[in-house]
Amino acid sequence: MKMQSDLGRVRGLGSAKSGSSHWWTQRVTAAANLPLGIWFILSILAGHTADYDAVHAWLSSYFHSTMMILMIVSVAVHFTHGLQVVIEDYVHNRKAEVISLMLIKAVAAFLSVAAIVSVLRIVFAGA
Amino acid sequence: MVEFNLPANSVVKEGKSFSAPADAKNVRSFKIYRFDPDSGDNPRTDTYDIDLDKCGPMVLDALIKIKNEIDATLTFRRSCREGICGSCAMNIDGRNTLACLKPIEDIKGEVKIYPLPHMPVVKDLVPDLSQPYAQLASIEPWLKADSPAPPDGERLQSREERAKLDGLWECILCFSCSTACPSYWWNSDRYLGPAVLLQAYRWLADSRDEYTGERLDALEDPFRLYRCHTIMNCTNTCPKGLNPALAITEIKKMIAERRA
Repeated sequence: MKMQSDLGRVRGLGSAKSGSSHWWTQRVTAAANLPLGIWFILSILAGHTADYDAVHAWLSSYFHSTMMILMIVSVAVHFTHGLQVVIEDYVHNRKAEVISLMLIKAVAAFLSVAAIVSVLRIVFAGA
Repeated sequence: MVEFNLPANSVVKEGKSFSAPADAKNVRSFKIYRFDPDSGDNPRTDTYDIDLDKCGPMVLDALIKIKNEIDATLTFRRSCREGICGSCAMNIDGRNTLACLKPIEDIKGEVKIYPLPHMPVVKDLVPDLSQPYAQLASIEPWLKADSPAPPDGERLQSREERAKLDGLWECILCFSCSTACPSYWWNSDRYLGPAVLLQAYRWLADSRDEYTGERLDALEDPFRLYRCHTIMNCTNTCPKGLNPALAITEIKKMIAERRA
């Protein structure tokens, strides 16, 4: 039985005094994804018929490899931040919530590091 | 997880029908949610056919006519009947609004009336608002200042300072906005909701208040404030034409501003 007052329940454990950096990072990565996404789509349109060697040379260039790694980081951060909010919104079983939060972060970390390593391998393959 | 289906004892069933008098020419059907916690029955919708030629123009007029002339058991809150008390907030024609400000003429076909969504129902159209009231109390909606008031009485504001409260002080706390917000539906235990956040901003924007920092500290929380995903249902539904979504954005901007 719960006899706690409504005000006591609403105040709960108090304010986390955080949340603004999560909110701000999501907005900054959203803004960054816009030019990075345009660069990516234009590159795919220009290079989708090119052969392996041409794409290899394109991705090992200083500018395009930098853009690619920036996009991987920005998209991964934006993706985890966004999905975290969705899980917090809808998953109300605490155990399932914590497990799924850790899972999306682990998956995003693995995929983004694997993608960055792949880019670096191409960049340094010629050297 | 979010529940997509109502529990078995909450499924709304078809209820009774009351037809209009035989000589009525301008008949309109009102389909109204009924729930009586004492009976143990499921909620139901009763249909009342009303002669609009013998009824006032607003939805509240029809509800009062039903209660006076057809079915005295119909339960709803009302007081001022002119949009200033906030008592008769309910879901009319799929939208949260005040029954006293909603013209029957604006609704096409059957008039469907339900209590405010996603709140516990006390009876019929009366929701239990204890939680939003407690959330309002939690943001301490009163002037807090350490400087003593001037000896001759009032704390003064310039016209420009006072103008910042326009669009905020008009809120009558009917909670149409909070109960229209999906984020509030799923997380009302921790998210304060648009009505309470608009009140919080009303004190943040007040030049006479000296506790802005403490107020922002209390709001900066992933759930209390940041569960707002700018869905904008609050602003769309507000029967007073206010903009709670803008007030929430202003709070987020204030917090961003003090970070760097």
